[in-house]
Amino acid sequence: MKPPPFAYAAPATLDEAVGLLTEHAEAEPRVLAGGQSLIPLMNFRLAKPGYLVDLRNVAGLSGIRREGDVLVIGAMTTLSQLERSPEVAVAAPLLAEAVGQVAHAPVRNRGTIGGSLAHADPAADLPAVALAAGAELVAAGPAGSRRIPAAEFFRGPFSTALAPEEILTEIRLPLSSGGHAYVKFSRIHANFAVVGVAALTELDDDRIRRASLAVAGVAPTAIRATAAEQVLTGTLAADVAATAAEAARAGVAGLAPAGDLHASPETRLALARTYLRRGIELAVSRARNER
Amino acid sequence: MATDTRTISLTVNGQPVVAEVEPRRLLVDFLREDLGLVGAHIGCEHGVCGTCTVLLNGASTHSCITLAVQADGADISTVEGLADGGELHPLQDEFSAKQGLQCGYCTPGMLMRAREILTRNPDPSPAEVREAIASNLCRCTGYQFITEAVLAAAARMRATREVVP
Repeated sequence: MKPPPFAYAAPATLDEAVGLLTEHAEAEPRVLAGGQSLIPLMNFRLAKPGYLVDLRNVAGLSGIRREGDVLVIGAMTTLSQLERSPEVAVAAPLLAEAVGQVAHAPVRNRGTIGGSLAHADPAADLPAVALAAGAELVAAGPAGSRRIPAAEFFRGPFSTALAPEEILTEIRLPLSSGGHAYVKFSRIHANFAVVGVAALTELDDDRIRRASLAVAGVAPTAIRATAAEQVLTGTLAADVAATAAEAARAGVAGLAPAGDLHASPETRLALARTYLRRGIELAVSRARNER
Repeated sequence: MATDTRTISLTVNGQPVVAEVEPRRLLVDFLREDLGLVGAHIGCEHGVCGTCTVLLNGASTHSCITLAVQADGADISTVEGLADGGELHPLQDEFSAKQGLQCGYCTPGMLMRAREILTRNPDPSPAEVREAIASNLCRCTGYQFITEAVLAAAARMRATREVVP
């Protein structure tokens, strides 16, 4: 099918874009980034925005830069740009590993990091990365700009803390040291994750000082696996085979994922346990190799 | 309500194009219906099958999930621009020679996807070609011959230095 008619603007500045979202609120406007999620939904007429505000002419929304201990990524930066960026590979290897597993190359050529996060598909890979990395998301709105911690950003399936007239402009990723892993299960290569796990671990001598774990596919949004993090913290990296299994069990305890066509609740829990264990083992083994 | 249109200016296969389009016009429909370039096919219409693949500023793009207005100012290449006059591009030639097509429905998308692959990596391994064309579905399942055709074209293009690394 084809998208239903909509009004359209491609303003040159962020202020104009925010103004248009405010002015046309009754048309339930949507922000257009790369369109790789929104346009398929419009083709299916699952989304029928009356107004599209296209960000392609807004300068300064794309790019990757370092600000001290933070990697700052413009929301309109494409996944392909992230995938090929030496800066991302060094400063945010977790993001680099995950981004290569998002869809196929043509989608990554157009799809943007800001679009993916603001779309907030519960089966997407990047929300788990943002959570595990402790990212901050910068939103511009009528009252100016604010920073939203990733932990407060994802509210539900396709639902975020962004107000209707706010635009996601930047993703701020604290630099990580230590080990990382993004591992996922999907039924077909490059599909959405049935389960995805993002893991970061830091060691002190051979002891796990900090573990950050996030899981996609077991709740209405990606979630931090705090119980698993607590099991790991303070344990010896050399014991990871045993601690990872215990942490993975703790990480899925109490979860009640919904079943769907792709996997039953039981399958999702089993996969989450397995991929948590694998993610932890890989991240810890990489952290040990870093030392 | 009068139909709201936008003027877009772009380059298609090296030719400048200025056109009036509805904002909702998909790039693939703009190419097929407005410009008569029917090489880019429509398959799934939601960015999964890849038969609508064209190059947008050199990057393979699903034209069924890209709006024509998003291509304003862009340089678009379609399968119609691949041959050099009457001479087939090495990719087209090898797809023919190696039986890289059966029904032909996926072929324009495969060719344009392969064009980007070989621009980025003139000497891919078979595994790299298989991974890179995973974005495009061939329901005749002729992937082995397609992979062989892409590799053969890559070798020819390297030999004639057509690809600038």
